[in-house]
Formats: sequence, C-alpha cells, structure tokens
Amino acid sequence: MNKQTIRIGSGAAWWGDRVEPARLNAEQGQLDYLCFETMAEATVSAAQVRSRRDPDFPGYDTYLEDRMRAVLPGCMKHGTRIISNQGWINPEAAAKRIAELLKELGFPGVKVAAVGGSLITDRVLALTDRILENGEPTRSLAPTLISAEVYLGAEPIVAALKEGAQIVVTGRVADPSIFMAPMMYEFGWDPLDHVRLGAGNGLGHLLECGAQVTGGYFSDPGFKDVPDPWNLAFPIAEVDANGNAVITKVAGTGGAVTLQTVKEQMLYEVHDPANYLTPDVVVDFTQVKLEQVGVDRVRVSGLTGKPRTPTLKVSIGCTEGFIGEDMFFYAGPGAMRRARLAKKILEERFKIVGLQAEEVRIDFLGLNAIHGEATPEDAPEPYEVAVRVAARCKTRHEAAKVGREVDGMAVSGIGHTGKRVPHPERTREIIGVWSSLVPREDIPVNLSYFVS
Amino acid sequence: MIKVPLQHIAHTRSGDKGNISNIAVFAYEPEFYELLKTQLTAEKFKQHYRHAIKGEVERYEIDAIHAMNFVAHGALGGGVSRSLSLDNYGKALSSAILGFIIEVPDELRPKLR
Repeated sequence: MNKQTIRIGSGAAWWGDRVEPARLNAEQGQLDYLCFETMAEATVSAAQVRSRRDPDFPGYDTYLEDRMRAVLPGCMKHGTRIISNQGWINPEAAAKRIAELLKELGFPGVKVAAVGGSLITDRVLALTDRILENGEPTRSLAPTLISAEVYLGAEPIVAALKEGAQIVVTGRVADPSIFMAPMMYEFGWDPLDHVRLGAGNGLGHLLECGAQVTGGYFSDPGFKDVPDPWNLAFPIAEVDANGNAVITKVAGTGGAVTLQTVKEQMLYEVHDPANYLTPDVVVDFTQVKLEQVGVDRVRVSGLTGKPRTPTLKVSIGCTEGFIGEDMFFYAGPGAMRRARLAKKILEERFKIVGLQAEEVRIDFLGLNAIHGEATPEDAPEPYEVAVRVAARCKTRHEAAKVGREVDGMAVSGIGHTGKRVPHPERTREIIGVWSSLVPREDIPVNLSYFVS
Repeated sequence: MIKVPLQHIAHTRSGDKGNISNIAVFAYEPEFYELLKTQLTAEKFKQHYRHAIKGEVERYEIDAIHAMNFVAHGALGGGVSRSLSLDNYGKALSSAILGFIIEVPDELRPKLR
C-alpha cells in the first residue's frame, strides 16, 4: 500500500467484448489491477430467464472461461489483481470456477472473493416505493417481475481486498466503482471523502467502456481517423493518490488516446455533468483539466465530487411481451417504389390477419431505419433498400405473425423481391427495465472466499 | 459568413439510459464552441431531430472541454429493450446532428475540418 501511482487496466467493457485486448493488458500492461465490466441493464434479467429454462446454466458470464484463461497466466506472473462483475446472478459459483481454473493452470493458493448481496428480487417490492421513470408504485410490477438488483458501490470490493483477495468477483456493482475500488484500497481513501472518490469514480467512468476511450466508437473517416482501428487496445490509467491520472494504452497497438477520445468518453451516458450519480459519490466532471502529455497519454485532473446520496439504485427487470421482426429487399431502378408498395401490402395483411400489436414499425433500411423520424425529408433515394418490419406484442404467438407475413411476400408479394431463407427464430422476449431507490442500510452484502 | 454542416466544426457521441438519449457535441476549436453555444440551442437541437425526440431536450454546457451535452427525453422508442428501432441503443443517433447547418464567420474558414 501507499504506492505513488497504481496502474489499472480494462479487461472488458461489456459481455460481448473482445478477449485479446484483455490478454494483452494482462501480459504487457504492467498492471496492478485488471478490471472487467460485463453487464448491461438487462443482463441479470436475461440470466434469470435462462437459468429458469436451463438448469445447467451456472448464472455467471458465459465468457468467464474464455476471459479468465486468457488473463490468469499474465496476471499471476505479474502479481496483477483482478476485479470483475462476471458473477452476474451467481458470483459464488463464478469465484469457485475461477479458483478451479487457477488450480488447473498451476496457480495454487490464490484467494478469490465473491461479493454477493446485490440480488433482492424476493424483497424488492417491500423495500421500494415508486418507479423512477413513471411514478407508479413498484408493486404494480409484481405480476411481471423477473429480477431486481441493487447497484452496489466499491466498498464491498475494498473489504475483500483487505481480506487478501487477489481476485474479486461480484454481481451487480456500478460500472465506475469496479475501477475505483483499487484506488480506495491502495490509497486508503475514506468512503466519505467525496473529493477523491469523485475523482476516482470519474476515472472509473473513463475506463468502464474500454476501447471507447482508446479510439473505439470514434473513427469518422476524413474527420477523425485513428491508426489501425482493427487492433484497438483497452485503456490503462496510471492513478495517483489524489485521483489524478494519465490515461494510456499498451504501445504498438492501434487506436489512440487523445483529448478528443477522452472528452467523448467523459460525457458518454452522462446527463448532468456536474451531478453524475454513482453509489459511492456524485461525480462532477465540469472542472476537469485534460492535457496531452505524450503520444497516447492524456493527463486527467480536476475531477471532483459531492457527497453520496442516502439511497442506492435498484434495477427491476420485467417481462413485457415479445418483438417479432424480419426484413426483405429491393434493388435497382425503382427500388423505393417497390419498397413502398410492399409496406402498404404488409399494413393491409396485418389487418387481414388481425395482428394484435402495441406498436408496429415498418422502415426502409437504407433510407430511414436508423434515424427514423429524424431522417431529412430530402434524403436521396438509395439504390438498394431493405424493408424491415417489427411489432411489439403481448404474446409470442402474435409476434410470430410478423415473420409469417414476410414469408408471404415471397410468392404473393411483388416483383423483384429479395428474401432471406426463413429462419425459425424471428421473435424475442422483451425484458423491460425499470428503476427505483432503496435505503443503503437495507442492503447488507456478503463476502465469501475460495482458495485455489 | 459561410454555412457548413456541423461535422466541420464539432464531433459527437451518443449514449443511452432507459428511454433517454444523451448526445454530446464537442467543438474542434474554442472559437467553434462559441458558435455552437449561440446557434445550437436545445430548441434547435430538438427541431433537427423532428419527431424522433418525443420529450424535452436539456442542454448542459461544459466550458472546460468546449462541449455541450444534450439530454433528449423519449428518444429511444420507450427504452432500449422495448424499442422497435434497429438501433435500439441509439448509438447512431449522434450522427444526425452532424448535418445541422452552422453559420461560420469567414475568418474561421481555415480552421474548418
């Protein structure tokens, strides 16, 4: 402890993220900590649905093995600790599996911690009052409730590190907190030191989306170009005891760390930049100072914070029906004319078959499927267009009508219709996500340990 | 005075949260930030997106990094999981504002991207 600076690297920004950059950070990042963020809003609910259907599903990140096999050798060699939210709905099973992998790879005696306590599905209706989005009582969600989980902060991770854990696996923890926990632990920050925690969680926010700060989700040819965008690295922060840092990446990789990439990530998914709420602190980004201090090195200072709120956010996943969708194609002179007639045919067909839908959307992919109503009226007509149709319905049976009517366009549609071979899975279940608040003191956490 | 699409003076990124999209606009040069502050009001921003933004738009100015953050309510078709949009996270929404027309004084022309 009491190091001058610590090096914290990213290993994942979401469930589907690439694995090689994590391995690279483990092997060449000279890291003190490697942190993984693998959950989206609906991840836990989707995992709950799957675990009901599939008793063999262990309940943690489906890429746990891939990720850990890639990084454990490097991390063990360099003494890098790992913090990861790959535990999803079963952090204990994830920690146990990692301990087994460590043993198998020849690393006995490593302590792996599981942080539990974020899942409160069985008592969410008793602990919460109103839905934040619409003001309705949370108990109105009772008939459709799948899962409820609290966003925990960094404190339980710090507790596990204090107990000597080299790897900490959690369920739902706020994304920036995963990356700040090492700073709190190494520099001995007080959980109520909102200035340092504000800086730390601000840095956590810069790291939590991985390559989005190193040149990913960034290139715009001719305006914003980065070298070798096929070979991006995940970021590394060199953090000091006051929460100032240099954001960088492993040398020799593609992408870039510039003022522009850091600025874009700073405001990503942020609403009021002076009041970014996390479980640990309220972050204030507005006084930040950014300096390019070298190639792919941006110094970040001036991040600060305000005292944390008395409540924690709860994410509540509910079943909300099904979406049916499919698409078919036109090309050549008059493509849009045919696409418009095809749309009219589908609209009439949905009336004939009595489609019961909450919303139906028929777009022209190539013209207006992405920007929808924001598409300029004078947008030029494309040479090729896909007619893409989607409907939201109460039942899978209704949602399946979308694909069935697109099937009909094959021989009963219009000239020059291109189609995909019908595939059976053209419906998907909707898991709606709502939010509420719960008092901190109502959420005990539990730590358990496994040794390889 | 010349008129140019916004992409010549600023870059943008969008993010999502529930049914709310945030679209941040970053000036390439400090002088361009002043033009954005004057010309790209919350109201003009909302007009540019026509009916794709159902609710209110709030604008936050972050002078320290020459950026503005637009928070658009009701922009994601009921929310990421319920939206019928192909781009249900609205990750591509930030490109629409690149076409917003900005008036730039002639003397700033050499600084345009």
